[in-house]
Amino acid sequence: MRDSTVPTAISASAVAVTPTPAKLPSSNRVAFAKFDWLLLPLVGIAAVVGLWFALSATLSKDLPNPIKTWEASKPYILEPLAKRGELDQGILRFTWLSLILVAKGYLMALVVGTPLGFVLGLSKTMTKALDPIIQVLRPVSPLAWLPLGMVLFLGAGRQASELAALFTIAICAMWPTVLTTAVGVRAIPQDYLNVAKVLKLSRWNTLTKVMIPATLPYMFTGFRLSLGIAWLVIVAAEMLTGRPGVGGFLWQQYNALVYEQIILCILTIGVVGFILDRLMSVVERRFKTI
Amino acid sequence: MKAYCELFNLTKTYPSPNGPAVIVKDFNLRLAEGEFVTLIGHSGCGKSTVLSMVAGLNSITDGGIILAGRELAGPGPDRGMVFQSPSLLPWMTAYENVMIGINQVFFTASKQERHQIAEYYLSVVGLADAMEKRPLELSQGMRQWVGIARAFALKPKMLLLDEPFGMLDSLTRYELQGVLLELWRKNRITALMVTHDVDEALYLSDRVVCMTDGPEAEVGDIIHVNFPRPRNRKEVMEHPDYYPLRERLIEFLEVHAHRRRPKHAAA
Repeated sequence: MRDSTVPTAISASAVAVTPTPAKLPSSNRVAFAKFDWLLLPLVGIAAVVGLWFALSATLSKDLPNPIKTWEASKPYILEPLAKRGELDQGILRFTWLSLILVAKGYLMALVVGTPLGFVLGLSKTMTKALDPIIQVLRPVSPLAWLPLGMVLFLGAGRQASELAALFTIAICAMWPTVLTTAVGVRAIPQDYLNVAKVLKLSRWNTLTKVMIPATLPYMFTGFRLSLGIAWLVIVAAEMLTGRPGVGGFLWQQYNALVYEQIILCILTIGVVGFILDRLMSVVERRFKTI
Repeated sequence: MKAYCELFNLTKTYPSPNGPAVIVKDFNLRLAEGEFVTLIGHSGCGKSTVLSMVAGLNSITDGGIILAGRELAGPGPDRGMVFQSPSLLPWMTAYENVMIGINQVFFTASKQERHQIAEYYLSVVGLADAMEKRPLELSQGMRQWVGIARAFALKPKMLLLDEPFGMLDSLTRYELQGVLLELWRKNRITALMVTHDVDEALYLSDRVVCMTDGPEAEVGDIIHVNFPRPRNRKEVMEHPDYYPLRERLIEFLEVHAHRRRPKHAAA
């Protein structure tokens, strides 16, 4: 029948052949290797700042150079919580306002997107019915959604701009959640479903005890990607609605012909996006059930 | 023989571009209560299809299955299933994996009683100390133990084993066969096992049912294994009938399994 003895002699002899690499570490090289995690990024940053200087001095004279940018941004950074006016606040205050808007829109995306993903994953009929629509709506830019949102919520009066912004964030951010959840549901191993069948678990128990835990890792990948997009959309949403926030501030300063804070806003958006992504990947790892 | 479980004219066909593909045709088998029967045959001959039809995981094209006087329709916890891969839910501990079935079957029992059932069966298979571990922290053999405990804990009318030891190394396999035999002896659950291991079949079963190769697989030969119980491996292997039976099984698998019946009209 099946032969379970595997010859082990071959593998033993194969291991020993690997040659030991000749080491010639000068003390400098060791020191460098120790700090390259810090040094190399600094070199990269220095190169980009140098390029920025060069650009502002040659090709685009209107671009404020790094020193001017820093001078103009200082009050916003050194007093990050100051509020001098609706669209003149410390950078942390702006960030906070943006984060709140993103959080609301993002939650809406998850609340709608997760069940939708489950439905798509469970039902071939629904997939066939909805997939073309999703594929067409997915690549639509937030800049295109926002006017539609404004029209939708015209009747809401003063709330219209916030609702339109939330609508835009939610509809742009939900697709990764929808799609990865659907993939995750389809990828639930048949073994697990057989266990549920053999035990005759109720539909509710099958969903909560088997399907959702089995899909969680996929769902959280989707959640992380969705958060990235939600944050990406914030600038567009705030620009067009004129709401206070990092994006709104950026747009206002540009329109006021004050270019110094544009880079500040870009960097803030980048850093916050990076931190959000790190946080989410920690959460994602926490929910790795398989 | 009074049949406790009866498979009559069990047939499975799948639609295919060239008309229905007949996997199993007119498969008949009667199991007495408390009997241990093994289905043996080449891979892909349809033995697992038969088992999964009994489990209710695969629809029955024609014929039927009667268990304890009732025709089966669909899956249910009255048949404890042990899968080839342990099929434990990886986000639950060993204890929770057993409990999920117990909660389902003994929902009228008190929490305390349910806890005791789970604890008892996990200790019987030697996992008393590993109850709070998740499948990934357990060895392959221990996982299968949990799978076996989960099946027995439901006090099923019938035990279905789909090559339960196929993925284990031979030492672990021997050990688990012993534990299974001991559990089965204490509970006397009617069991139907699928395997392609001749020694495993002889060691565990009362009868070995040899299946011909598919398509249109059917019962080729039935071998009665009358070694006294309780069995131990050494005594079984030293029994004068052991090698003749083994020869007969191997000969069947090597020669007769391939015997093709005259082709039926295929469409």
